[in-house]
Amino acid sequence: MNTEHQTAIPSVPNAKLPTAPPENGRWAGYGQLMMARTKEMWREPEVIFWVFVFPILLALGLGIAFRNKPAEVNRVAIVAGEGAAHALDLLKAAPQKSSVRADVLSEPDAFNQFRLGKYDLVVIPMAGGGFEYRYDPGRPESVLARVTVNDTLQAAAGRRDVLPVSEHASSEPGARYIDFLIPGLLGMNLMNSGMWGIGFALVEMRQRKLLKRFVATPMRRSDFLLALASSRLALMLIELTLLLGFGVLAFQMRLMGSWASVILISAVGALSFGGLGLLAASRAQKIETVSGLINVVMMPMWLFSGVFFSYERFPAIIQPLIKVLPLTALNDALRATILGGASLAAQGTRLLILLLWGTLSYLLALRWFRWT
Amino acid sequence: MGRTDLERFPYTQEADTIISPQAASFGMIRTMDVAVRCRNLRKTYDGKVEAVQGLDLQILTGECFGLLGPNGAGKTTTIEILEGLLPQTSGEVEILGKTWNAHSRELREVLGISLQETRLAEKLTVRETLELFASFYRFPRSTLEVMEEMALTEKANSWVGKLSGGQRQRLAVATALVANPKILFLDEPTTGLDPQSRRQLWDIIRQFQLRGGTILLTTHYMDEAERLCDRIAIIDHGRAIASGSPSELIEELGGHQLVEFDATGNDTIATELWRSLPGVEAVHVEDGRVMLSVRETHETIPALLVVLQKRGSHLRHLTTRQASLEDVFVHLTGRRLREE
Repeated sequence: MNTEHQTAIPSVPNAKLPTAPPENGRWAGYGQLMMARTKEMWREPEVIFWVFVFPILLALGLGIAFRNKPAEVNRVAIVAGEGAAHALDLLKAAPQKSSVRADVLSEPDAFNQFRLGKYDLVVIPMAGGGFEYRYDPGRPESVLARVTVNDTLQAAAGRRDVLPVSEHASSEPGARYIDFLIPGLLGMNLMNSGMWGIGFALVEMRQRKLLKRFVATPMRRSDFLLALASSRLALMLIELTLLLGFGVLAFQMRLMGSWASVILISAVGALSFGGLGLLAASRAQKIETVSGLINVVMMPMWLFSGVFFSYERFPAIIQPLIKVLPLTALNDALRATILGGASLAAQGTRLLILLLWGTLSYLLALRWFRWT
Repeated sequence: MGRTDLERFPYTQEADTIISPQAASFGMIRTMDVAVRCRNLRKTYDGKVEAVQGLDLQILTGECFGLLGPNGAGKTTTIEILEGLLPQTSGEVEILGKTWNAHSRELREVLGISLQETRLAEKLTVRETLELFASFYRFPRSTLEVMEEMALTEKANSWVGKLSGGQRQRLAVATALVANPKILFLDEPTTGLDPQSRRQLWDIIRQFQLRGGTILLTTHYMDEAERLCDRIAIIDHGRAIASGSPSELIEELGGHQLVEFDATGNDTIATELWRSLPGVEAVHVEDGRVMLSVRETHETIPALLVVLQKRGSHLRHLTTRQASLEDVFVHLTGRRLREE
């Protein structure tokens, strides 16, 4: 055999024997794909900003804006006229006067400024020493002002409470807005980066004909998808650590459940949204198309899935619909674990909803996916 | 050289014909010598557009074969079917005696492909891009060696996004070469390149052929086909309207020389008059200019001048040149390869 080789070679002019690079193993392609994805991402400053920095800025901004403050001062307009001075005197004499700020205005001014939200309540002195309150039942601060001012006036006029009560103020980590917000932001971030990171990236590659170029090689398609999924998981870990770590360090959040449960829930969430991203990207030829598609899918979840405020405010009739959205399931599971310390077993339904979304979209995506 | 090198050598192409003992029989060698074969290849898009209408090709091992034709002739569709990237509507395709359905993975290992206009990832470096592509093959070539060969070593650490058009195109071909392929498929490899980059790519393609590789390329540049290809097929409207070596095709045109002239009042003269001049094989009129395919210019030109003088018309323009593939195409279709 050997001699045959030797005779064969000189028949080709300038034949260069290939120098022997090591034979590639089964996972060489996967490893390189993984490395390429990671490098590409770190070299994209916008991605770093939107995935890592933006959620933290959002948490910081909202955390400061909605930090727990001493109770708001009730702003009251007293309509000028007979009895206005009496009302002022009564408010000043009251023990809780610090929580009420009262101004005396002409009647048209008082009503106008109340309408514009500068005052929470209008007090109109009546003949005979009584008062008429004008308040807006749709504004919580107006309702509160009515109660507070009435209590203050009644107390100043001599009313005595008949039940003995005692008070104890409590605002511990867990009940604050930031505690509610951080798990929601984490869920939203997993959705955003899953859908954009997979969906957008794939369509861009398709548009560049890079997918087609890849399938023109012996690359295993499963390796390619696996690399996408695993780089998504690696990113998820960083997102999770940064955002939760930020909550713990900057806002003294307390993680009630175990890290392991939080990581597992996040991983299920990241993969499910990755599946949805894959589905959105399965046929689109242009990044404009997939961007629109991703926004259409995500928009209802930004609104309804309780990222910034509780979805319980929505009418009861749409609650079941809201609860089957994947982001609702993810946010609820994260909140229950992070804030309530719930066990994984208690999250069965939510995890099942996430898994169903993920598996279904993955299967459909595989059916429809176009490499070219 | 080490023994291991020799054992791996079957991955370059001549091994098939020489090493295998079965191949010693004449018949086997004949079939193995054919690198790419397609028979009655058809592709219809959406049941309407017939991009390829019954194409037969046979490309031999070690050959550089060109599909020459204008844009929209069906070249890309054809090459992508042969590359196994597009299913044909009907017809047979065999690459190295194997079909895509039965041996797709094996075939992928031995083909190097450069698509028309792939935009590789902008934020990977040249080296990273090549290492990525090399990792897909079991026995790739060393990326360093390929970069050296493609004059990309200097750019090894530059992002793809920063490369010039010529460098990008060389990188695209490098991603095909790093596979250590037996057959190289190149779809319009030099479109949009400056003359120097084109020549550089031609050298690279020729080197690959010298090492025993087989090449199939598409082009709408006749000079490229003429210089590079051993054989070509001229494709128009999804059919091969002529095939053979460039010199054969030019010869079939009749004359090897072309006389092109423009004279006052020549639009009133019937082409039969020019046809009757000595040595003229064919006449073609374009934009008022007359082109004569002739065997020998020294026989035709004096006679031409005499005729013009007799008719009292003056020459405005007269050139002679070697016939080219462009002329073959014009002769066959009445159109130019590149409508400008």
